[in-house]
Amino acid sequence: MTLPEVIPFINVRWDDILFLILAAIMIGSALLVVTLRDIIRCGLAMMVCFGALAGIYVIAGAPLVAATQVLVYIGAISVLVLFAIMLTQTKAAPARLVFQTQAVPAAIAAVLLAGIIAVAVAATDWHALSQRVESATGAVAQVLFQQYVLPFEIVSVLLLAAVIGGVFLAKREQGDVS
Amino acid sequence: MTNSLDAYLVLSGLLFAIGSFGFLARRNAISMLMSIELMLNAVNLAIVAFGSFVDRLRPNASVIALMVIAVAAAEATVGLAIVIAIYRNRRTPLVDEYDSLRQ
Repeated sequence: MTLPEVIPFINVRWDDILFLILAAIMIGSALLVVTLRDIIRCGLAMMVCFGALAGIYVIAGAPLVAATQVLVYIGAISVLVLFAIMLTQTKAAPARLVFQTQAVPAAIAAVLLAGIIAVAVAATDWHALSQRVESATGAVAQVLFQQYVLPFEIVSVLLLAAVIGGVFLAKREQGDVS
Repeated sequence: MTNSLDAYLVLSGLLFAIGSFGFLARRNAISMLMSIELMLNAVNLAIVAFGSFVDRLRPNASVIALMVIAVAAAEATVGLAIVIAIYRNRRTPLVDEYDSLRQ
């Protein structure tokens, strides 16, 4: 059994409704990430934001990217961020000021940036198709392991370098007791 | 709405602007790193949207998005390690108290 493509009575497509809901969740939780006082809650809101974004990837027709988003961002990077928060949190920190003195100019700049991007997007003709097309995972694999095999290998070396660098930077010096 | 590229690009621009506000305004170094992650995600959304609406970019865009995710993971690892290393020296995660060069 398949659902009808258009919701009865209100005449809106299902994927439009889903897109709107996911976009609202994503933007709302992103705003929470940058405004909440308690930084642990910022980290949890960031996980919600990434999850909603994975849903938007599915709607946009990139299921492989969505799966990677869930695995890497929600699974790995968010946990890393939460660990770092727990390692660096002091009791005094959440009670004190969250924003720097330049918060108001920063807000104005961000609103201006969003406006400029929206105007530029609306004013440009992207030669886009009128219908989105799903990118098949098989085709992505073909391109990844033929045309892009050198960047793929370089990324693996980069990840190894990042792991070694992270361990080196975060480990204690010999004899450092504090 | 889901069949117009503009909707995805405007959403991506909004997310990028929110991330840039967080990067400029927050005092905590880890909050700033989280804002950078938001901006990287916004760019990824734009790449994926272009991939599903422009014929020539279709398989390439997913590959580029995957590369961006991998590089973002590496960046998060090193960035958080640097924050922890600084925290061990200065005992604070607030960036406006890292002012040794000014004194």
